[in-house]
Amino acid sequence: MSEHITPIRTYLLIFFALMILTVVTVAVAMVDLGALNDVVAMGIAIFKASLVVLFFMHVKKSRLMTKITVVASAFWLLILFGLTLSDYVTRGFL
Amino acid sequence: MSELANNFGRRLHYLNADYGVKSWLLTRDHKRIALLYLASISLFFALGGLMAVGIRLELATPGADLVQPDTYNRLFTMHGVLMIFLFLIPSIPATLGNFLIPLMIGAKDLAFPKVNLASWYVYNIAGLFTLWAVAQGGVDTGWTFYTPYSTTYSNSYVVATALGVFTVGFSSIMTAVNFIVTIHRMRAPGLTWFRLPLFVWAHYATSLVIILGTPVVAVTILMVAAERILRIGIFDPALGGDPVLFQHLFWFYSHPAVYIMILPSMGVISELITAFTRKRIFGYKFIAFASVSIAVLGFLVWGHHMFLSSQSVYAGAVFSVLSMLVAVPSAIKVFNWTATLYKGSVSWDTPMLYALGFIGLFTIGGLTGVMLATLGIDIHVHDTYFVVAHFHYVMVGGAIMGYLGGLHFWWPKITGRLYPVFWSKFSAIVIFVGFNLTFFPQFLLGYLGMPRRYHVYPADFQVLNVMSSAGATILGVGYLIPLFYFFWSMRYGERADRNPWGAIGLEWMTGSPPPTHNFHEPPTVDWDAYAYLPDTPGGTGEAWDAAKPTSEAPEHG
Ligand code: HEM
Ligand SMILES: [Cu+2]
Repeated sequence: MSEHITPIRTYLLIFFALMILTVVTVAVAMVDLGALNDVVAMGIAIFKASLVVLFFMHVKKSRLMTKITVVASAFWLLILFGLTLSDYVTRGFL
Repeated sequence: MSELANNFGRRLHYLNADYGVKSWLLTRDHKRIALLYLASISLFFALGGLMAVGIRLELATPGADLVQPDTYNRLFTMHGVLMIFLFLIPSIPATLGNFLIPLMIGAKDLAFPKVNLASWYVYNIAGLFTLWAVAQGGVDTGWTFYTPYSTTYSNSYVVATALGVFTVGFSSIMTAVNFIVTIHRMRAPGLTWFRLPLFVWAHYATSLVIILGTPVVAVTILMVAAERILRIGIFDPALGGDPVLFQHLFWFYSHPAVYIMILPSMGVISELITAFTRKRIFGYKFIAFASVSIAVLGFLVWGHHMFLSSQSVYAGAVFSVLSMLVAVPSAIKVFNWTATLYKGSVSWDTPMLYALGFIGLFTIGGLTGVMLATLGIDIHVHDTYFVVAHFHYVMVGGAIMGYLGGLHFWWPKITGRLYPVFWSKFSAIVIFVGFNLTFFPQFLLGYLGMPRRYHVYPADFQVLNVMSSAGATILGVGYLIPLFYFFWSMRYGERADRNPWGAIGLEWMTGSPPPTHNFHEPPTVDWDAYAYLPDTPGGTGEAWDAAKPTSEAPEHG
C-alpha cells in the first residue's frame, strides 16, 4: 500500500474553502435568482462534496479502482434522481 | 501424530478441528459461519412459513372466520418481512455463497473473516429486533411500508420493524463487500475471470446490487422513522412532503432486491445443469454478462410497481419499456441452460430435479412479469392475486428451488455425508406439485379480479382458494421432509468421498468436509470452468479427476 502523506496545509485550505462556500450558500439563499435558485444551491453543494471526497477522503491520490468505484456510485445517484425526476417533471404534461 | 489427523486418528476437517460452543460462536471460518447462517435463516423460514399457514387457513373460506381483519393484515405483513428480508435475501449468499466462494476460487477463506462473523451477529440482532416487534403485536403496513399509511395512520410497530429491516441491510452489505474483495483479490493462480464458475459471477453481480441499493432503502427507512417520530415533512403532504416519493425510493432498492434473490439461485442452476449433463455450459460469457446486465438494468425499472400510483404516464411508459429489457438477459440464461441440456447425458439426481423445476417455474414467473410490465394489463391486474402468483413463481418456484437444489448438491461437501436418495427425490416432487397447486390458481383468481391483502372474498372464488390452501399444505410437507432427512444424514448418512458427483470445480478437489484452510496445497488452475470431456457420457468427471493433481489428505479413518 502506498501511503501518501497529505500536508496539514492542504487540509486547512480545504477546510477554509468549505467554510467560505457555506457562507456563499447562505448569502445566495437571500437573493432570488428565479429558476436558477436550485441550480446554484445544488452546484455549490456538489462542489463542496467533491472537495470532501477528493481531499478529505483521499480519493484524489487513490488507485484507479477506488476512483472508478466513486464515479460509479455517483452515477447510480444520478439514475435515482434522473428517473425519479422523469416522473415529477412530466406529471403536468397531461 | 500427523497434523492432518485429529486425536482419534480421523482425517482432520473443519467440523472436527475444534469442538464446543465457543469454537462455533467465535469462529472465523467461512464454512462454519455459513452453517451458523443456515441455522438462523432456517428459523426465520419456518416462522414465515407458519404465518403463511395462518393466511391460507383464513382464505380457505370466503368469510372471516379465523382471525380479525387487523390480525390478518399483520399476518401477511410479517410473512413478507420475514421471508424477504430475513430469509430470501440472505439465503443463498450467506449460506452456499459463504461456504463455496473461497473453495471455488481456491482461497483459504474470505478476505475479511471477522467482518463475515460480525455480519452474522448483525443479522441476528436485526432478527431478534424484528421478532420483538412481532411479539409486541407486529406491523400491518405490508412489507412495502407504503406512506402515508406507515408514517401517519398505522398504529402498529412500524418503527421497530423498520429498524430491524434497516439493520439486516448492514449484514448484507458486509457480506457483499467481503465477496467483492475476495473475488477480485484472492483467486488462485491461473483462475482468470472467464474461468470462474458462473456461481461466482452470479454472486459478484448480486454483491454489486447489494452495495449500490441497500444504502438507499436504509436511508428511506430512517426518513420514515424521522417523519413518524419527529414530524419532519418528507412524505406527508400536510407537512410539505410527497407520499409517492417513498415509493420511488423504496422500489429503487426493492426491485433490484428481487434480483438479489434470484441471481444467486441462477448461479446455482448453472452449476447443477453442467454437472448433471456432463457438458460445458452453452454460452459461458453470455451467462456471465447476463448476470451483470441484470444487475445494472434491474436499477432502471422500479417504476413498474407504480403504474397506478399517480406516477406520470410518461414515466410509466419509460419504465414499462425498460422493464421488458430486463427480460432479455433472463431469457438468455434460460435458453442457454436449455441448450446445455441438448445432447447432454442427463442424469436425474435430486439436485437436477430442482434445477429443471427452476427452469420451468422461473420461465412462468418471468413471462408473467413481462405481462405485468405492460401498462394496459397491469391496470387490470395490479394489486390482485395475479401479482402474488407472479412473484411467488419467481421467488419460491425460482429462488427457493435453486436454494434447495444447491443445498442437496453441496450437502456431501458440507457435511461429508450423503442424503437418502429416495426421500430427497420424493420431497422434490412433492414440493413441485404442492407449489403449482398453491400458486397456479392464484393467477386465475387475480385475473378474475380477486384483490390481494383482504381476508374475505366473494363465494365464487372459493374453489380456487381451497385448491391453493390444499396445495400450501402439500408444499409445507414437502419442505419438512428435507428438514428431517438432512438432520438424519448428518449422523447416519453414508459417507461421501470428495467428489460424489464426478463434478468439476476446485471445491470438489478437496476433502468432504474440507479442511479448515480448504486446501492443503494452494491449487493452480489451467482449465476452463465446466471442462467436462465431450462425448464421454457418464464417467467424464472421474477421467478429469484422475488427470488433475489432488490436494486431498490421506485418509486416516
Ligand atoms: C423477468 C423480469 C420481471 C419483470 C418484467 C417483472 C415485472 C413485475 C411487475 C410489473 C410487477 C408489478 C405488478 C403490480 O404491482 O401491478 C412485479 C411485481 C413483483 N415482482 Fe416482478 N418482474 C420480473 C421478475 C421478478 C423476479 C425475478 C422477482 C423475484 C425474485 C420478482 C418479484 C416481484 C415482487 C416481489 C413483486 C411484488 C411486489 C409487491 O407489490 O409486493 N419479479 N414484477
Ligand atoms: Cu419490480
